[in-house]
Amino acid sequence: MQGLIELLQQYNVLAAFWMTIRLTLISAVGALVLGTIIAVMRVSPVPVLQRFATTYVTLVRNTPLTLIVTFCVLGLYLFMNVRLLPPSVDPKAQLFTWAVVALTIYHATFVAEGIRSGINTVPQGQAEASRAIGLNFGQVLGQVVLPQAMRAAITPLGNTFIALTKNTTVVSAVGVAEASYLMKNMIEFSPQLLFAIFFLMALGFVILTLPAGLFFSWASAKWRVQR
Amino acid sequence: MSASLPEDTGPLPHRIGEPIVTMEHVQKHFGDLHVLRDINLEVAKGEVVVVLGPSGSGKSTLIRTINRLETIDSGTITVDGKELPSEGKELARLRAEVGMVFQSFNLFSHKSILENVTLGPTKVRKLSKAEAEKEGMQILERVGVANQAQKYPAQLSGGQQQRVAIARALAMKPKVMLFDEPTSALDPEMVQEVLDVMVGLARQGMTMLVVTHEMGFARKAANRVVFMDEGQIIEEAEPQAFFTSPTSDRARDFLSKILPR
Repeated sequence: MQGLIELLQQYNVLAAFWMTIRLTLISAVGALVLGTIIAVMRVSPVPVLQRFATTYVTLVRNTPLTLIVTFCVLGLYLFMNVRLLPPSVDPKAQLFTWAVVALTIYHATFVAEGIRSGINTVPQGQAEASRAIGLNFGQVLGQVVLPQAMRAAITPLGNTFIALTKNTTVVSAVGVAEASYLMKNMIEFSPQLLFAIFFLMALGFVILTLPAGLFFSWASAKWRVQR
Repeated sequence: MSASLPEDTGPLPHRIGEPIVTMEHVQKHFGDLHVLRDINLEVAKGEVVVVLGPSGSGKSTLIRTINRLETIDSGTITVDGKELPSEGKELARLRAEVGMVFQSFNLFSHKSILENVTLGPTKVRKLSKAEAEKEGMQILERVGVANQAQKYPAQLSGGQQQRVAIARALAMKPKVMLFDEPTSALDPEMVQEVLDVMVGLARQGMTMLVVTHEMGFARKAANRVVFMDEGQIIEEAEPQAFFTSPTSDRARDFLSKILPR
């Protein structure tokens, strides 16, 4: 207990977790948008889009996240000097943006697969009935299939969100000052408090993920489609 | 087998006009299976045609080709004088004019009954929400489920759901209605309420193409019976003639199996 208080006084734990939260939330929104687009491409009637989406999912999902993060940050940003923001923006923000991009690209594949599994729960008849009243492809998807698919996908999407929360620790490897980056500092400078450090970090992530898990369970029950 | 219907309340209105659906030399295969063999069929405005036949004879496939839920290999299908467009906006517009009622209702599970009926009118016919709801309530009234408007499909009985499905199709103001075994998934006590709505539509002069096993409906509301077997139209006749003196062996055989002795 004494150790925990000491850690909280010496290190800015809240700032580090705030970075984790920002990484998580922004990447989650990015992954949801990109993942939905990929899932829609996969069920679209256009073979080129289907192939592109399948290839994207297969390739990225099977690549280690560490590799994607280092490729984006070390390879593209630091080595090739590709900036996503104007050069006047400070390097920390540039780094943060690349980290978000890497997390988004990776987790979009899991989102896409979650939504596709959701689409598979929607009976064929729903799409047929929508086409029969004259809805076009976009309307069939937007009005009938996706709203039902998304509800069925809440649980897998929740799992992805929780995995994403914890996967943000990977970007500490390239120097983004989130929670696990702070943990490394703590272990280096306060090694006598090793177990307090572990406990504090574990507690921090549980505080983030537990309510998320509860929320997704509640939401999937509340918005379940009655058939 | 067939539910008993009340006594006839007079002859069907004779308002039969020009052909609205025409199928010429239509062929379709599912892999090696030849499901539609040289189908030629005309349905006139205001006509009620019942398609009969053993299961697997191609009846459902036939009516599903009319709004292109099934594609065809060759031949032509025209609706109201225009050949079926193959895809895109034109096809969507045509589908809006051809109502379809499915065996398994296929109501939109995540939308209320009223929303089910107003989705097409607002998105395709571009009515305002208020207009669509006003029309929608009138149509729900017509099929007798207006008091369920705020509920969700899963909260309704099968018979009610199928009547909503009919209302959803009617809300598009279709030129022709296709029914694909509309009572086959219903509990016996709910068949009648759906048939009553269909008979009502027939009497109001709606053009209907109905795949059904309800001989009572065929007798009471159909102008013509089309008998199919193995992907071919074997026989066409007025209901009375078909049921009392079928000309083909296959139709006789089929009728002997389904008619009460």
